[in-house]
Amino acid sequence: MDIRLKLTGARRGAKVPESKITAGSPIEPLPLPEKVIIPMQQHIGAENAPLASRGTEVLTGQKIGESEKFISAPVHATLSGEISGGSVVINPPTGELTKTLAITSDGADKWVELTIAKDPKSLSVKKIIEMVKEAGIVGMGGAAFPTHVKLQPPKDKKIDSVILNGCECEPFVTADHRIMLEYGEQVLSGLNIIRKALAPQNVYIGIEDNKEDAIEHLEELISKSDFARDFKIVPLKSQYPTGAEKTLIEVILGREVPIGGLPMDVGVVVQNVGTAKAIHDTIFEGKPLVERVVTVTGAVKQPKNLLVRIGTPLRNLIEYCGGMEEGANEIILGGPMMGIAHFDLDFPVTKGTSCVLVRESAPVKEQECISCGRCLGVCPMRLMPTLLTKYAKTGRYDAAEEAYVNNCVECGSCAYACPARIPIVQYIKVAKKELVKRKANK
Amino acid sequence: MTEEEEATPQEEATAEEAPKEETPAEAAPVKEEAPAEAEAISEAEAIRQRFLISAAPHLKSWYSTSKIMYLVVAALLFPTAAAVYFFGFYALTVCAVAIVSAVATEWAVKKLRGRPFIMDGSAVLTGLLLALILPPTLPLWMVAIGAIFSIAIVKEAFGGLGFNIFNPALGGRAFLMACWLAATTTLVAPMGFTWDAVTTATPLGLSFVPPADTGTLYWNLFLGNIGGSLGETSVLAILIGGGILLAVGIISWHIPVTYIGTVALLTLIWPGQDPLFHVMAGGVMLGAFFMATDYVTSPITIKGKIIFGIGCGLVTVIVRILGGMPEGVCFSILLMNALTPLIDRYTMTKTLGLKSLKRASSEG
Repeated sequence: MDIRLKLTGARRGAKVPESKITAGSPIEPLPLPEKVIIPMQQHIGAENAPLASRGTEVLTGQKIGESEKFISAPVHATLSGEISGGSVVINPPTGELTKTLAITSDGADKWVELTIAKDPKSLSVKKIIEMVKEAGIVGMGGAAFPTHVKLQPPKDKKIDSVILNGCECEPFVTADHRIMLEYGEQVLSGLNIIRKALAPQNVYIGIEDNKEDAIEHLEELISKSDFARDFKIVPLKSQYPTGAEKTLIEVILGREVPIGGLPMDVGVVVQNVGTAKAIHDTIFEGKPLVERVVTVTGAVKQPKNLLVRIGTPLRNLIEYCGGMEEGANEIILGGPMMGIAHFDLDFPVTKGTSCVLVRESAPVKEQECISCGRCLGVCPMRLMPTLLTKYAKTGRYDAAEEAYVNNCVECGSCAYACPARIPIVQYIKVAKKELVKRKANK
Repeated sequence: MTEEEEATPQEEATAEEAPKEETPAEAAPVKEEAPAEAEAISEAEAIRQRFLISAAPHLKSWYSTSKIMYLVVAALLFPTAAAVYFFGFYALTVCAVAIVSAVATEWAVKKLRGRPFIMDGSAVLTGLLLALILPPTLPLWMVAIGAIFSIAIVKEAFGGLGFNIFNPALGGRAFLMACWLAATTTLVAPMGFTWDAVTTATPLGLSFVPPADTGTLYWNLFLGNIGGSLGETSVLAILIGGGILLAVGIISWHIPVTYIGTVALLTLIWPGQDPLFHVMAGGVMLGAFFMATDYVTSPITIKGKIIFGIGCGLVTVIVRILGGMPEGVCFSILLMNALTPLIDRYTMTKTLGLKSLKRASSEG
């Protein structure tokens, strides 16, 4: 009954440099900003309606945005102070516009009264899900899918395995790595809550072998704990994109999530380590999701891992890290493979922001495809990216759909490997959007 | 000096910070006040100019089209060196004429088509490849015409790099053979560093008399000390070049191994044929490593590559033994080039989740 299972790994994917320069930097709390900007939609799902307006006094942890829709997650004030205005920003995971509320701090950081469950260990599943929803918890790995939805699969989907995703295969990002090292107990406790909600037979923790210290740390914690003895750690070969949900399920369980399906279709739920910590904080400390760990790295003077209030402008993070290096001209939210470039330093950290990567880059020129087949070799979904690109370029979206364009997880391995520098993922995104539009028009 | 240098970035920093600090204050009343709006827009524009917006992934691998092309050219320098060693300096002039004609043609055609000319190395590669599959004594003007045909007709007429159906170098050679059969099949014995050539028979030709000692024959075939096209004779040099391409991941093993394997297997079971001889003589080695592996004109799927390699091997052996020509490498690859789109179509990869989807639909 070893806690650590045999090393395994994905056979496909791009050989990207790891560049985890902040792996050894402990998480530092960022000084509270004077102002935060809270987007009403920070997740995949319905937008929240604001519960406060200009001039309202709010407390830290107070709910300020809510939606009645099932697939949604409320947002909370992350500072105490006064609502000082509102505007509109882009929601990174969806690329659509969302309203925001700005809060000007009163400097006191007064919290709302936190309601802690009297006996957290004997909570009902219903209560757990309700608390997770009220806390506004979403997938902290970047996709930001509301967590409470994943915790209550439809009755006909039996969940037999839960996988905690500690792969962090994106280059540069070390937020999850540090969370596992510094909040290991909370992560395991949160995972235990997830287990309680889903009642699976197996609980796996997938960690890439470039984080050996995290594997050993969790192994030790598990062996000492009284509740987590049957958790299994699966060391995975460091290979992008092992942390992609469908790839992770294929690698650990050998199951293929059907095209257009969800992990729950094969009896699996995958949760990120940061999400597990957030669940612990909610159940045992009563805290809603108001802060997260963000790696600030790349071309900044002192790359760091920071504990940041959600809504803090990127400017504050970068300034705290000593500012940008000369020549830096690109800010990426998330890792360099799937992250989104942003033009505005006043844009806030959202629930899904795992990393702020500053870098110097030059525009690349797209050339013609030379059919080298590298994109096929690296595609974790075994698609034919070059073919999909050709279809998208010529507007043959139906052909793209028949070639399973919607099965693409947009990991970017193909475009990374492409010697002709074709923005393959962008073409695929265009094809997907066009297909959605066509379906809507029908 | 140092103080000045330090002062400059600080000045820049303060200059940048000044408008930034105004932003939160200005941003709020944007909707109420028109003049502030104008300032806010210019601020936004300034930010856009400063930060680059590009599509994910933001990392790109080391390999680029031109790096790949030049790496292949570099690998071809081994067969080229062998060509110069065995066939003298005239081999160099053939290579130079072919490369210069190819690049010049590409430039001219791009100019005519109104497209940008990119020195991506593909024309250099085509020129060198063409030179290496031509006889050592071909008149230079014929070499030039072959290169012009390769680029202008076989490559650019179909749309340029990435769109050509046939391997340009092989297309050029096929054209030269159709025009001047005698000149393109007159081969000379290796003569070292002289300008005098002695006509000889290619080992695959009917008039070729094999030496009594097969050991010497194999050794000469391996080293390249035998009649043939410039770059195809030295198996050793081709193996070094091809090995480099395999090692750095520019080509995969699938096409060379299946191609050479098919030739060896077929000639092994074919009565009266010598597999070792067939593999080492003629253009099989050069074709398998450098021609059949051309990205544009070979299949992209692994299964497709295997079918392609087997097809090339089959046609080569059939042409050599049953056909009217001594050598079949050139036409076998050209034929398989034509089948490439079809092969790709029928060897499409099975995407992850397709199995479970099919199962679900058959159950439902």
